[in-house]
Amino acid sequence: MTAIIDYGVGNLFSLCCSFGAVGEEAEITSDPETIRRADRLILPGVGAFEDAARKLRESGMDRLVKEEVSRGKPLMGICLGMQLLFEKSYEYGEHPGLGLLKGEIRPIAERIPEGLKIPQMGWNALRITGSSPILKYTKDGDYVYFVHSYSAVNCGDSLLAVTEYGTDLTACVGKGNVYGCQFHPEKSGETGLKILRAFCETEAQA
Amino acid sequence: MITKRIIPCLDVKDGRVVKGVNFQKLGDVASPVELARYYSECGADELVFYDITASAEGRTLFTEILTETARTVFIPLTVGGGINTTEDFDRVLKCGADKVSVNSGAIRDPSLVGKAARLYGDQCVVLSVDVKRVNGAFRIFAKGGRENTGMEAIEWIRRCVGEGAGEVVVNSMDTDGVKQGFDLELLEKVCGAVQVPVIASGGAGKIEDFITLFKTLPGVDAGLAASIFHFGEVRIADLKAEMSRNGIPARI
Repeated sequence: MTAIIDYGVGNLFSLCCSFGAVGEEAEITSDPETIRRADRLILPGVGAFEDAARKLRESGMDRLVKEEVSRGKPLMGICLGMQLLFEKSYEYGEHPGLGLLKGEIRPIAERIPEGLKIPQMGWNALRITGSSPILKYTKDGDYVYFVHSYSAVNCGDSLLAVTEYGTDLTACVGKGNVYGCQFHPEKSGETGLKILRAFCETEAQA
Repeated sequence: MITKRIIPCLDVKDGRVVKGVNFQKLGDVASPVELARYYSECGADELVFYDITASAEGRTLFTEILTETARTVFIPLTVGGGINTTEDFDRVLKCGADKVSVNSGAIRDPSLVGKAARLYGDQCVVLSVDVKRVNGAFRIFAKGGRENTGMEAIEWIRRCVGEGAGEVVVNSMDTDGVKQGFDLELLEKVCGAVQVPVIASGGAGKIEDFITLFKTLPGVDAGLAASIFHFGEVRIADLKAEMSRNGIPARI
């Protein structure tokens, strides 16, 4: 069973349905017992970093997620949930994240040429830069759906795939049992479902 | 490189697709769920469900259909029609909509766009406008194009984007249904006025109309159409192949 962590951010209905489409049982939950019992965790999120990070802290989910990850349980962050995995974000100030991955979140406006719209909204191609179990069914040039104004930088060896939007932006990351997608796999058609399927095939690491 | 989006629009009334659908491959051509699934398989980048129901029963049926679609179709879904309050946003978002499009609701209550953007984020709020030339000026029409509000179109669009609309669907009443191409003059003005994604609607009759749209106006992000897709006059796969041949980035 995959637990989709509900900490009061965003709408989780489609995300939950997408697991059904790959034959995985998924539960939207904020119950610590269910989260401990789950085989895998999904950290979702839309909206502002500071608000989401605060809700994670206030609900105690930050500690619980870190505990479960340290026990080897696979975790995938999606969109803002992926950004929360990093050390900090510079979205309206400077805010700490979970620190599960090295790197930080910066506005894409700093890096892309003028004239490109912000947010990046729409389908863009992946260029795979690292190998990972979650990309085992994905190939270079596969399209996924993005909606974001910020992106991860200085990710080091956790970088798995980038997308070109005037410059290379971090699209997918992973290190150990922690994974993240800047795009929405649950809205990326077959390509997205393949990534979710691959994630559901990952097992807890000893 | 980010691709130009192709978006079929489904008008739904009392749980059925209206405006006619003519597909041989589909069993129930008026089922929004089946049609949505079909379009997703054909390569549609996004879908718009437009609720043109007036009754409460029809509305309930619409949300049921939306839920069923979100269960099986995994591309972005925008919902419009009858969105007048933030409760309406909530209702359709809970059923699996990713974006919500407001038109007359924003005209009636100009604070709606801002309120919804603060609650659900800019990316969730789509401003949809029906625009028509009146004595040489672009005017905003309300109530499905029946009522001239007298408002200047570009000014209204700019104001709503300033309030937080994250995307604009521009439907030209002058070119809609004529099938002679999109309203390039109007769209150019909109692209020059706002920085958010612009979706062109109204006037597409053939593949070349999309090619002309994207080649002439690089600021346009997507093309939306209904009947030409429903009646098979334009097949999405053919359209995308032709876009690609013309150097227009398309998801194939």
